[in-house]
This record gives sequence, structure tokens and C-alpha cells, in this order.
Amino acid sequence: MTSGEIATQLKAQFGDLISGPAEFRGEITLTLADAEKIADVCAALKKNFGFDYLVDVSSIDNYGDDPRWTVVYHFYGYGHHQTLRLKTSVSEEKSELPTVTTVWRTADWHEREIYDMMGIRFRGHPDLRRILMWEGYPYFPLRKDFPLAGKSSDLPEVGFSRPSPMAGGPFVTIAGGKDTIAREPRIRIPETDALATTNRVERRADIKDAHGEGKGPGPIEPKK
Amino acid sequence: MAEVRDIQIPEPGARVALASDELQDMQGEKMVLNMGPSHPATHGVLRIVLELDGEIITKAAPDIGYLHRGDEKIAENMTYTQFIPYTDRLDYLAPLANNVAYALAVEKLMGLDKQLPPRCQFIRVICCELARISSHLLGMGAFALDIGAITVFLHTFTEREKIYNLCESLTGARFTTSYTRIGGLSRDLPPGWVEQCRKFLEEVVINFDETETFLTRNKIFTDRTQGVGVVSREDAIDFGLTGPNLRGSGVNFDMRKAHPYLVYDQLEFDVPYGTMGDAYDRYLIRIEEMRQSVKIVRQCLDKLPGGPVNVPDMKVVLPPKDRVMTKMEELIHHFINVTQGVNVPPGEVYFAAENPKGELGFYINSKGGGTPYRMKIRSPSFVNLSIMSHLLPGHMVSDITAILGSFDFVMGECDR
Repeated sequence: MTSGEIATQLKAQFGDLISGPAEFRGEITLTLADAEKIADVCAALKKNFGFDYLVDVSSIDNYGDDPRWTVVYHFYGYGHHQTLRLKTSVSEEKSELPTVTTVWRTADWHEREIYDMMGIRFRGHPDLRRILMWEGYPYFPLRKDFPLAGKSSDLPEVGFSRPSPMAGGPFVTIAGGKDTIAREPRIRIPETDALATTNRVERRADIKDAHGEGKGPGPIEPKK
Repeated sequence: MAEVRDIQIPEPGARVALASDELQDMQGEKMVLNMGPSHPATHGVLRIVLELDGEIITKAAPDIGYLHRGDEKIAENMTYTQFIPYTDRLDYLAPLANNVAYALAVEKLMGLDKQLPPRCQFIRVICCELARISSHLLGMGAFALDIGAITVFLHTFTEREKIYNLCESLTGARFTTSYTRIGGLSRDLPPGWVEQCRKFLEEVVINFDETETFLTRNKIFTDRTQGVGVVSREDAIDFGLTGPNLRGSGVNFDMRKAHPYLVYDQLEFDVPYGTMGDAYDRYLIRIEEMRQSVKIVRQCLDKLPGGPVNVPDMKVVLPPKDRVMTKMEELIHHFINVTQGVNVPPGEVYFAAENPKGELGFYINSKGGGTPYRMKIRSPSFVNLSIMSHLLPGHMVSDITAILGSFDFVMGECDR
């Protein structure tokens, strides 16, 4: 059974909840419409489809878009040697979805890391604490509105306030801002011009405020 | 003749009884012991908070993050090529293998992985396997050192030194190799390197035999490791263990066999796996994996084809320097490659390689352009360590060094 066939069967079981499958570079991606159902779908994947190994759980911050969070699960089955990716979206207001630690115990640390880095909570997690940062750290550093240079905080020595040496320079991409191609005025690549790489800056001017005065030339204004 | 009176000072017998009650209380009381973050057996900066009942561990809570540098955040803020030096610092005992895994992940996203020249693929396999030997030698040496066999450590380090010399002549650096580039390698093999490598392989096999005479049938070593830290097959899969730790529990799975990348499908090698799932099995697997690595490198050196080491696309790899200085088009490609990075199409991939410590995976989400939108590093040490709070309780304090040593983790990779 290939992962494409598994995807079709899974769609038959859960109906409209699952959309896709999308294939890119030989990998099958499914999208789950309702994040509240993630534990049920995962339990079915493990029990009925032989995905006994949860490879990875990661999260994406779609800053400026709604819903803001995407949580990405990667599965593997030692029986059939197939991989599958499942994505689900969570809104910024909610920032919460059910845990899958009940299905695979390896999800424990993965979910703690997502909570630590992005601030997405997992309901029912046995021990949802920070894992890489320390207890009491006030920010979620992998969010796109958290600057690379760090942020100041009320606590002394927690979160430094000086900008990093390269901040604002031509080779540092501001999180949530334009990427290197969009910032370079002398280049035009038709297929990336059409992408919404500059839109996020237009929508959220506060990114600039968050970064303060850069030392280098800084980001150029969007093309008219 | 009975007389009732209050006793201020208890009689000697009663005092003993009272004292033994106190003793009972003390025995029942749990003690919290803080191990690390700077403890030689934690191989870096792992901290474990242990709750002890006497010498028995009743609870263990690993505390990680002391080496957290925010590699995933940094990756979002630089071009794909600029991130290669950061991959050296993930598993800093096998930087070459990390370089290869990262380059392959980006190449998969670009759809380049099938176009790599054969010479590049063979050299990359050699790099991976040398890194595996180097990492396992250190893992084994440190493991033996932790449970009291100092000679092994000195012995294996002698061989690692030779690998570092090979690395130095290959890449120019001993530790931070940064050898791969997107679409190829930073340079071809230097003259005479193949012979040096063959000579090293001859010598290292002797070293394996000698190391085995120190440990494999050593009564002290077997007593300390057999039946210690037993991970069942179900637990190993449930906790997502990978690499030698998974195979030690009897799962016959290796990325190089199950999903061959590079030229692993053209090479002949065996995948060892254990039966007991204890610390001793994990040690035996590492020894055998090194022997298989030697076999793989030998085959690669025999089969090593000629030809270029980079894909023939100047939009991906830097054009040769002499042409950059004389030709307009090459100058443009060089400039764009360096300032904006390689133009990667929008999309997402997950690529996992069988690294010495386990499955090192890169999940790259791209919105196009020279920078990843999100890059998640699925590091084997992070996942392998998550089983500790389940595995350690019930063991003696002195078993911790044996268990941690047999898991062979690296905090640079765990904390990222």
C-alpha cells in the first residue's frame, strides 16, 4: 500500500475533514480542516493504517495571514515503509489543539518544543512546560514578529536589548519582512516577483517598529 | 508493684526504638539529586534532576536547552548556503554527515537530488561513513571511560586523530568542515587522499579488534552493561528512537537500506540489530556499524568515478573563479549566488538521513527565493533523550553513566 492509497482511504473514512492529497517531490501531504480532530485522526492513522512512528511535529508561523499557525505532523510506518505529512491550521485567538501524546509518547517533547518556541498550547499534554528556553522567559522566539536580535524584558539579563551586529544590514533578512531577493533592487526574477513576499511588510508596519533603528541600509520600500 | 510516672528521658530501649522510627522515616524520604549540567557523564550540558530512594532512581526529569542557539531562527534569516557552517555545529562529532544531510534536503526541495554527478555522490558517502566511524569511536570511548575503562578512550582517540587529519586535508578544517555546497562539494579530493584513506582503513580495523579485546568479553564491562537500560521494541518505536538505539531494540531499520539516498543502493553492507535492547547491545551495534562503514568506504574508493563534483548549473553552484574574473555571465551568477542565495522553488520537503546518532531530518518550508520560510531540524539526540524520564526510574544511580553512554547523544544537536 503506497501513501497515496492510504491518503485515499483516509479521506474515505473522514470525508470532508481531510483535503488533498497534494504531492510534491514524491511526498504526500494531507490537510486536516479541523484541528480539534487531530487526536482522532492520528489514532486512526496508527491503528488502521500502520503509522507506528511519529517522525516529527513542527509548526509554522504564517505571520499576517489567518489562521496564523500551521502544525505539521510527519508519520512513518515500519510495516509498510511509507511516509505521510498531515497539516492543520490553528487560529491565533485559539492557539490550542489536542495533544497526540496519547497516541505516541514521542510527541511529548515535540509538543513542548512547539509550545516553547511558538506559544501554541496542546490540550491534555501531561507536562506542558518550556523545554529549550527557561521557565519564566516571556516571549516565544520562533514567532516571526520576534526579532533575530532578541527583545528586552523587565527582568535583568533576560533577553538582550542591543541589536545583533549584522541587524539591518544587507545580508540579514528581517523576520516576516522581505527576503533577500525582494530586498535587492537590481534583480527581477519573474516567478518570485509574483509571490507575496513583500505583502507582509505592507500589512504589518509594526515589524519595522519592533526592529528599531538598524545599522545598515535596512529594507527598501516596496516597489510601486 | 506498679507505679505510674512521667518519663522525661526515655529509657535506653525506648530511645533505640525512637531512633529506628526516625531511621524508617529517613529511608522512606526521597532525595532530589541534581546531575549536571556540567557533569562528565552527561557529554555536554545535559542536566537531569533525579529523585532517589536510597540508590534507586524513582523519577528522572531531563532538563535541556543549555546549548540552545536558535539555529532554526537563524536559518530563516540567511541564505541556504550560509546555513551550511551552522550544520557543522549540530552534531559536532560528525560534521561531515550533517553537511551532507542538509545539502541533500535542499537539493531534494530543488529537485536536484537525482542530477548530482556520481563522483559527488561517492565522495559524500565516504564523508558520511568516515563521520560515522569518528562519531562511534568517540561514543564508544566516552562510554567506556564513564564506566571506568580509561584505556579505550585513549585508544579510540588515536584513530579519531587520523580521521581529523583526513578531514583537514579534505576540507581545510578539522572540526567545522562545511564541506558540501548546494549542488555539490566545496572542492574535489586532494591528490593522494585516496591512498591516505586506504592506509587509515587498514589501521582502523586493527584498532576495532583491539578495542573489542578490551571490552566485549570484559567481565566488568558486561556486568555494567548487560541487562541495563533495556528498551523494548515497542517503547523504542513509541518514543521515536532512531539509529543504533532503535536497532539495539531489535528493529531492523536503516534509512540507508529502507530509503537509499546517494549511492547506498549500489553498495553492499549489512545492518546489525540487537536482540536484548540493553546497553551492551547498543555497544555491539556501534562496533559492527564501524566495520560496515569501513566496508562501504572501501567499496566507494574502489568504484570512485571521475568527472565533476558539482552540478553543471551556475545558478546553483558558484562558477569557477578564473571564469568569474574574465566572463560577464559567470560574474553575474557569482554575484547573485552570493548575495541572494540559490533561488529555491516554493514548496515543502522533509528529508532524513541516517546519521551516526540516528535520523537527522530537515523539514524545509519555502515560499521561494534564497531563504527558507521555516526550517525544522529533527535531531536524533533530542528525540532519543526524551525516553530518559521513562527509562531511568528503577535503575541504580551508577547505571546512569552506562545508560547515557550507551545512548550516545550530543547536546549541540539536541538543543540546536
